[in-house]
Amino acid sequence: MKGDHHVILRVVAKALIPIIALYGFYVHFHGEYSPGGGFQAGVILAVCVILYSLIFGIAPTMRAITPGFARFIAGLGFIIYVGVGFWALAMGGNFLDYDALFREEPGGHLGQHTGIIVIEIGVLFAVAGSMVTIFYAFAGRVSEIRDEDW
Amino acid sequence: MTGFEGATLAIDLLNITLLTILFVVAIAIARLRSLFAIVMLSGIYSLVSATWFVALDAVDVAFTEAAVGAGISTALFLGAMVLTSRTAKAEKGAARIVPLLVVIATGAILIYATIDLPGFGDPTSPANTGVGVEFIERTYPEIAIPNIVTAVLASYRGFDTLGEVGVVFAAGLAVSLLLGFGERSLGASVREEDRLNALKKDEEKS
Amino acid sequence: MLEFILERGNYWAIIGLMMIGLYIAFASTNLIKRLIGLGLFQTSIILFYISLSRIDGGTAPILFGKDYKKDKGHGDGDGYGDAGEHAGDAAEHGAHAADAAYGAAKAYGEAGMANVYSNPLPHVLMLTAIVVGVATLAVGLAIIVRIREAYGTVEADEIRAMDLEVAIAEAAADAEQRKAGAA
Repeated sequence: MKGDHHVILRVVAKALIPIIALYGFYVHFHGEYSPGGGFQAGVILAVCVILYSLIFGIAPTMRAITPGFARFIAGLGFIIYVGVGFWALAMGGNFLDYDALFREEPGGHLGQHTGIIVIEIGVLFAVAGSMVTIFYAFAGRVSEIRDEDW
Repeated sequence: MTGFEGATLAIDLLNITLLTILFVVAIAIARLRSLFAIVMLSGIYSLVSATWFVALDAVDVAFTEAAVGAGISTALFLGAMVLTSRTAKAEKGAARIVPLLVVIATGAILIYATIDLPGFGDPTSPANTGVGVEFIERTYPEIAIPNIVTAVLASYRGFDTLGEVGVVFAAGLAVSLLLGFGERSLGASVREEDRLNALKKDEEKS
Repeated sequence: MLEFILERGNYWAIIGLMMIGLYIAFASTNLIKRLIGLGLFQTSIILFYISLSRIDGGTAPILFGKDYKKDKGHGDGDGYGDAGEHAGDAAEHGAHAADAAYGAAKAYGEAGMANVYSNPLPHVLMLTAIVVGVATLAVGLAIIVRIREAYGTVEADEIRAMDLEVAIAEAAADAEQRKAGAA
């Protein structure tokens, strides 16, 4: 932490972190056409936050993305997922039956596509929020170990 | 798509190489005592197995393993290590022999069970007929997206995935209940610092 | 015989890795090392499932080439004439036929696809297993951190010795109290 001991690390990370975040969103929104999806993208976005906190310290990270916000995102993702299920119920289908979302004729795929995109957003939020919450819980704990133990 | 003898040979060599690396890493983990080295090697193990998943055509699984196993798990292990200890005690005497015997017996039983298993890459094996083929055939007419894994994950097995998301959310909740955002955590002190700074600014203004 | 061994060598190697993980989880007293052993075990099981799902000459389960091109006309909207109808047909009547065929297990050659794909179902199951695995791992690590704060150590045998000491002391105190009550 003293001086510019980690100057190269900081400069590289500053350039790299936005690219990692962009890649996370690419993985998410391209998940139907290539490997990827909500789980992977959520983890990559959480890794962005973790990388930032490893290099710039945990306190500035917690100011940028507060622990409460991370927990809110995690809960919101789960609610979005369940919400799609209830949307399908309200439209007269079964729970999470995407074909019922817009009451389409058989052969229409709008409901399936919409359902998959929305629940993937729910997965993204829930996974990213939970992973950041878990990391904050570990990183925010005060260490009781002295340096000689290393 | 079949018929490249050279390609299968290359894949066989790749399999053997990657499995050898996995073995070396696993034995090193078993023998080492420095937890930092062990955690780093477990990250390497995940990364190498992700490479093997690509060779086995499981690209989505490889992606997840690389992001989760090598990324998040390693960060979590390091975080927990900082809070606990740096070295593991060497296991000694009976603590080494008895588990070895148990493990050898279990391994022998499992290897005996593999004799009945279908061969590696067998297209007619029970696991590879039936519902898996159904998913491949139906994904295009019913869902019309190319990635079958996403289609099965999000649509056919959507209720299952809802459960998984619930587990992840519950785990996040459980960890923050166990470790807390209370007075001992940094979250509270950061908030306190911000409050004091804001107070100072107000005083300067007035 | 050689073919038999070559076909199963993968499984044996994976079982070997699994057993190394199990050995670490059994033999080591350090709780963090135990969790890493369990992680090794879990990764090996995932390797096993994925190697079961592989098809010789197959490719990753992402539709391409002819299997996906027929969708293009449908996706454009103006191709509803034949492609869309075909898709509708497949959804309505095709589902029927598929249901009927479901009873008789079909091999990959009969799947009616232009390309051979590996089995997607184990991929889905293992993908979610990995994510759930890291979630449970985090809970385990959190419990270990709390154990460290309560006992001052993460070595299982030391923790057991401490617990035993406390239990003996409590039993002794109990016995003394009972004696005092009797007197």
